[in-house]
Amino acid sequence: MSDTPPLVVMSGISKNFGRVRALASVDLAIGAADLVGIVGHNGAGKSSLMAVLRGTVARDEGRFLVDGREVAADYDVRQARAFGIRSVFQELSLCPTLTVAENTRLSHRDLKGWGWRSAARRVIGKALDTIFPNHGILLDAVVEDLSASARQMVEVARAFSILSMPPRLVILDEPTSALDAQAAHQFLNYIVRSRENGISCLLISHRLKEIVDHTDRVIVMRDGRVVDERRASGLSPEQLVEAMGVMAQASETAVAQLRPGGSGRAKPAAQIENAVLAHDARSRGGRIAFTAKAGEIVGLAGLDGHGQKQLLQAIFRSALGPADAGLRVDAEAAYVSGDRRAEGIFPLWSISENLTVSLLKGIARFGLVSARDEEAAAREWRSRLGIKTPDVRSPILSLSGGNQQKVLIARALATDARIILLDDPMRGVDVSSKREMFDHIRHEAADGKCFVLYTTETEELINCDRIYVYYQGEITAEIPRHELSEERVLAASFGRAEEASDAAA
Amino acid sequence: MLRLSARIAPALRGAGLPFLPVLALTIMVIGMGIMQPRATSYIGLQLILRFVPPMIFAALAQLCVITASDIDFGIGPFISLVNCIAATLLSSHPALCFLLLAAGVAAYGAMGAFIQIRRLPSIVVTLGASFIWLGLALLIMPTPAGSAPDWLVALAHWRAPYLPLPILVGVLAAIFSQWFFRMSSYGVVLRGLGSAPPFLRDAGWSLVVARSALYALAGLFGVISGLMLTALISSGDANVGTPYTLLSVAAVIVGGSSFTGGVISPIGAVVGAFIMLLTGVLLSFTPISSDWQLSVQGLLLLLVLGLRALSRRHA
Repeated sequence: MSDTPPLVVMSGISKNFGRVRALASVDLAIGAADLVGIVGHNGAGKSSLMAVLRGTVARDEGRFLVDGREVAADYDVRQARAFGIRSVFQELSLCPTLTVAENTRLSHRDLKGWGWRSAARRVIGKALDTIFPNHGILLDAVVEDLSASARQMVEVARAFSILSMPPRLVILDEPTSALDAQAAHQFLNYIVRSRENGISCLLISHRLKEIVDHTDRVIVMRDGRVVDERRASGLSPEQLVEAMGVMAQASETAVAQLRPGGSGRAKPAAQIENAVLAHDARSRGGRIAFTAKAGEIVGLAGLDGHGQKQLLQAIFRSALGPADAGLRVDAEAAYVSGDRRAEGIFPLWSISENLTVSLLKGIARFGLVSARDEEAAAREWRSRLGIKTPDVRSPILSLSGGNQQKVLIARALATDARIILLDDPMRGVDVSSKREMFDHIRHEAADGKCFVLYTTETEELINCDRIYVYYQGEITAEIPRHELSEERVLAASFGRAEEASDAAA
Repeated sequence: MLRLSARIAPALRGAGLPFLPVLALTIMVIGMGIMQPRATSYIGLQLILRFVPPMIFAALAQLCVITASDIDFGIGPFISLVNCIAATLLSSHPALCFLLLAAGVAAYGAMGAFIQIRRLPSIVVTLGASFIWLGLALLIMPTPAGSAPDWLVALAHWRAPYLPLPILVGVLAAIFSQWFFRMSSYGVVLRGLGSAPPFLRDAGWSLVVARSALYALAGLFGVISGLMLTALISSGDANVGTPYTLLSVAAVIVGGSSFTGGVISPIGAVVGAFIMLLTGVLLSFTPISSDWQLSVQGLLLLLVLGLRALSRRHA
């Protein structure tokens, strides 16, 4: 190797948060043009390590060198940026009420003086065009008016945007979680290409295949330590899951095959009368009607923003008040959003308050909430869903993202609602928590509940009895589970319904 | 009408121009012209609108604080304090007077830093500060007294070419504040503070600097407002600024800014200041007693908020 020192060297890095040991003597070295994947469960220490690297959290112990020189004791975000270290956050770091161009200004200190706005447009526009050709994002649009995937595209493009100095190391924390398959593909190809320009990336993702396919080596973390490091080529996602310390389980396909088929229990799809839910969009030119029955898990697939979320919201609206035209909803519905920060949790409330807010009627006596009943209900759901906390009275924000999501699902399951609408509920949830939750969902479905699941991750569809694929607001394919294949979903997602059904026939 | 406004309003909002406030002000001015044609002459406007400039700068001071998603319950008493200091010292000891006023601006900046560092709710801190301003003002001037220097009085009654002075002040204030908050590059950082402070910090900006800059600017606008008020009333009164606290909030909100999120319209705040003052003027042209002025202003505020909710739902 050459004489130039590696870009970043960390050795023996430790960090405690109170009595919790977040990092225990971690070693990490990143060279120039290095693509490194980091995997581990929620709470394995990935986020803490990245926070130390990007300068938002100070290390307690250990050596930290950039370009072969020890970083200053007051190392912070500004110094990290001066070294060319930038970040993409899973939960995004864009100011929602500012425009795309204005958000670009925030991350480039030198965008100032006359003409800064047009310079900002140029900088972010170029990055977006390079990474996501035909993105269609207006640079003067206010961020909160953009779709979730467009916001993530902006977040990603901003980290790679170049004003005077290109980035040298970009920390990517779940960069593709809100992107649809095509945009995720474009982005991952871009980071592989940008390596030729000497840009290094640290990729954290729960989509293990992304990591295996697009990095050089993978670092496995568990309990605040680096427990393994492997070359990515030839590695399989199953091997990685094993290394992360999950009990080696059958693959998700096998799990799905083991369970009793939902189709035997549910009524045939043609009988719309028995459906709990029916949406006949055929009058508007669509060819396939949506139905869902008690005992079923129905999946909604397709590219992000093609009408899946609108359907979920229309169902929820119709369950509460007068039904939308063409929609029949015969039971109460509950809604679980994957955008937990915006549409899910009450951040200042405890776990038990967050969980029981949907069943206040059940735990209230003479209009007063019984603290004992509230806690009992919360404890019961903690054990049922395996929510990892010693005390349900702790604040909700003390939980990891995956466990917060479990609380939200418990909140919906605890109600009388027979229809549970899941809007990308597993966003940023680790593999084993995801499995636990889907096991539980299947269990509840067997007891007669009806689940409608919209997900951006094709792998999760294997948990559904039937899948509807959306394209431009219409259903282009209905796929039963035993016929599910990634190719069929993809074909229908791009509107090629005929070819898809021909291929299946 | 509503449908039309619902279609036009979002387009103008994108350009940072407050549609509804400008429409409301236009209707008010036309109404005033019909009821009392002489009121819309140069002299008429100069006279009727003379109390607008202090109102404008009180509104801009409030706008600074609302930009940070905070609220300032002390701006009225602060204006009173400026008024008392100026009426006592500006003629006899101008240097000492400006030193004290600069200290007031610095105190406002420090208040912003304090709120940021200790993560306190602005509503409590500024309310506490309001009693300090009031107490100091009463200490300086227990009963109304004092005077304004001649040059300040002359300035406030200057007959500007073409435009009556209050309108000229409004136009200049609107242009400057619109440029600073909506167009300049540091204005983006300040609005980012009201939008999502953690992300601003993640991007490497100092929240303490940003918040104290906003508060210091609010203090500066408060000082300008107090000096203009002193010129108009030519005396000092520890209670003269009190109504400005709530009027300034109303002017900013009527002008199209939101309480949270750093979504602000500086032009709107200036227009809002005119609207707040003109409601009183319009009432005086009708048989309705001017005792109703505050209630009418309150109703107007509710009406504007209601209309805005309506146009947002359509958009």
